[in-house]
Amino acid sequence: MKKRRAIFYQCGICIFVISVIGILINNLTINLIRTDLGFNFSWLFKPASFALAEHPLPYSSSDSYAWALFIGWLNSLKVIISALLLATFLGTLVGFARTGKNSLLGLISAGYITIIRQTPLLLQLMFWYFIGFLGLKENIFIHIKNIFKISNQGIEFYGLTLSSEFSALLFGLGVFTSAYIAEVIRGGILSVPRGQWEAFRSLGLSEQKGLFSIIIPQALPAIIPGLTSQYLNLAKNSTLAIAVGYSDIYAINDTIINQTGRAIECFIILLTSFLLLNLLISNSMEIINKIIIKSRKYN
Amino acid sequence: MKPIVIAKNLTKSYTKGIRALDNVSLTVNQGKVLVVMGPSGSGKSTLIRTFNGLETFDQGEIDILGIKLDCNHNERKIQRIRKRVGMVFQQFNLFPHLSILENITLAPVNVQKRHRSEAEEYGMYLLGQMGIDSHAKKYPSQLSGGEQQRVAIARALALKPELLLFDEPTSALDPERINEVLDAMRRLAKQGMTMIVVTHEIGFAKDVSDQVLFMDSGKVIETSTPDLFFSNAKHDRSRKFLNQLDKN
Repeated sequence: MKKRRAIFYQCGICIFVISVIGILINNLTINLIRTDLGFNFSWLFKPASFALAEHPLPYSSSDSYAWALFIGWLNSLKVIISALLLATFLGTLVGFARTGKNSLLGLISAGYITIIRQTPLLLQLMFWYFIGFLGLKENIFIHIKNIFKISNQGIEFYGLTLSSEFSALLFGLGVFTSAYIAEVIRGGILSVPRGQWEAFRSLGLSEQKGLFSIIIPQALPAIIPGLTSQYLNLAKNSTLAIAVGYSDIYAINDTIINQTGRAIECFIILLTSFLLLNLLISNSMEIINKIIIKSRKYN
Repeated sequence: MKPIVIAKNLTKSYTKGIRALDNVSLTVNQGKVLVVMGPSGSGKSTLIRTFNGLETFDQGEIDILGIKLDCNHNERKIQRIRKRVGMVFQQFNLFPHLSILENITLAPVNVQKRHRSEAEEYGMYLLGQMGIDSHAKKYPSQLSGGEQQRVAIARALALKPELLLFDEPTSALDPERINEVLDAMRRLAKQGMTMIVVTHEIGFAKDVSDQVLFMDSGKVIETSTPDLFFSNAKHDRSRKFLNQLDKN
């Protein structure tokens, strides 16, 4: 009796899901016919005829839409990877300070985490862009012997120039994610039994040595999964680039939709790009996780 | 006789006014074994943990191997003490990600800056003394509780300490594993190691200790020789506790 009821429910759910998908596809075809666009990707190879402020590879407005999208993807990748490194660095520092013995540092890092986690990312991006970088004077804000320069033009470091849009996005995403990473690291450290701290302390090991040789290796298995999900969030949050005018894949898609009306195709491209990007991130983290587990010779 | 530990009027209170330590004084001379007994929550663990700086205290002073600590004792002094005092915990607290030998050589190599080969050689000697040198390459989780605790003793001995602290070293062990650890401790006592042992093992206390200290509610109820304490305890509270232990 029970089994028959289970089959009945499952059939019901199947029919429901299939009908919803059917309705969506039906809507889509009707609308595509109405706008007389059809569903194809041949427009990708027409000239984009819009300029891009930032392009890591050569680009001009006579290049194709496909090339513009690829440049956007590279721009996204560039900001995601740099913000990921910044967030990990800051987050680790703050996480250590939060769990450390120094109560002043602990208080400061707790304040940092609270303020950053309690305010919207969009607001923080605006802050970094309009107040952080554009708010700077036109003449140079910090200038150290042609090595390091911060102004409203962005950051210059040994001939490497970062635009103010990129810098704002880098700091916005990096600082925002670092607060979450700090909590992941703190959680990992707290998951190690107190006895381990007492054991290394009673052997005369310094706090630093104990943290790196005893606590961190045991905390890593608890840290990696949380870190992965923060990295994935960072990648997805990078689409807020549009708010500060940085030409990431989402911003370029938006421009293309406005020009061509190819919303469906563009969204498919966008979804696929992010799927690929995040699969890349989560698979790399999975590999790191496996290496760590393999290097553990204990259970 | 050279005193190794002199504690004077140690007092520690928790926030609600409960005293973990209430005016505790004691002296342990070189080569002597002090056994600390008492019901749970009597402050005996807190007491020995103050001797290597794992616990702070509010009043009183401690002199360990000539290094004086007061209630605002600084990190540097504690660090100096920890290099000369070994500790063995109830839950062993071995480092699970390091092999048995690495557990033992960690402190000699990093704290005393000894050569790895020299530290390993001495580590193997200590494991031999504990009868577990065949396990040197294994990891803690592959060993039984009794074996793990003997590794913990070897680890505490690796810095050639002048004082060993034992915090209920057999309380987490299966009954049939207790003796292998107690035997190792007996041998250490015979070799002249100064030890402070928190334990409920009456047999060990009778055989090995020079002095028994009985605590309740953070206070020292009585201090006497094991003969006197176990045959004719002065205080009602001590006799009550011993009766209870006998029944178990």
